[in-house]
Amino acid sequence: MRKPPEPVQVVKQRREAALAGLVGRVPYIQYLGVTFDRRGDELTGVLPFAEKLIGNPLLPAIHGGVTSAFLEITSVITLGWTNLWDDLENGAHEDATTFPRMPKTIDFTVDYLRSGLPRDAYARARITRAGRRYASVHVEAWQDNRSKLFAQATGHFLMPQPRSDTT
Amino acid sequence: MSDKNRNAKIQMARQFMAAIPHARDLGMELTELEGGVATITMPYDERLIGDPETGILHGGAVAALMDSCCGAAVMCHPSNPGGTATIDLRVDYMRSATPGQALSTTATCYHITRSVAFVRATAVDEDTQNPVAMATGTFTVEGGRT
Repeated sequence: MRKPPEPVQVVKQRREAALAGLVGRVPYIQYLGVTFDRRGDELTGVLPFAEKLIGNPLLPAIHGGVTSAFLEITSVITLGWTNLWDDLENGAHEDATTFPRMPKTIDFTVDYLRSGLPRDAYARARITRAGRRYASVHVEAWQDNRSKLFAQATGHFLMPQPRSDTT
Repeated sequence: MSDKNRNAKIQMARQFMAAIPHARDLGMELTELEGGVATITMPYDERLIGDPETGILHGGAVAALMDSCCGAAVMCHPSNPGGTATIDLRVDYMRSATPGQALSTTATCYHITRSVAFVRATAVDEDTQNPVAMATGTFTVEGGRT
């Protein structure tokens, strides 16, 4: 007989715990204050505005490096999360304290489309190629209007190799 | 340049960095700023760790340093009349920065037109022969004729 579906709270709690574990253990993500909203498997990075993120005090505008870092964080977490998803659904990832290694950035190219205003920013990444060794990601960031991007980026990542079962 | 002149210039560079909240927060220090070449150092900081298992800095922190340094190089180019903004910046990550070591970036504005500045930068830790990352970028030239 087929197993009855799990209660929705159990599923949600497992996914939230896994995401919190992925994001919460990286000091730099905490330093910038980046959080993630989740709808099913879709993630949206959120960068709440803070004084320390300013790069041009005259405008004022968010530092270009912060924008770049925010896009890179969203890319890496989206890749890590996508990697984790299948294990999470199969129940193979039970322990929220051990995580697979994260992808490493090979290169990252950012287009600055308009200046980052002193407001919250949002970003979503799309994995355009998910290979066993290399992955390509396109990521977009916006502030008040979803259709008016203030930055976009593409990056290449080296995927973590599964820990060998024999050792 | 006389010592007095040089000191005045470095003083100005310090004030410039101190006026940028994000650069100040990360402890960035401008050590060279002359003729389209800028050098900025950033101390190792546990808040910037990207991999908690090894203590290696997050790539984003390296990119922030690169972006600041490239912008500074554009601003100190003799043909640049005013401010600048990043159009595009690519960073290649060649190796992990060694935990505990400061990062130093030197950026060169190697070509400038009335509207666009072209910049290259290299970031190193104490092993200065093996760059941690390299960057290529284009920047706006503001205040010039269009």
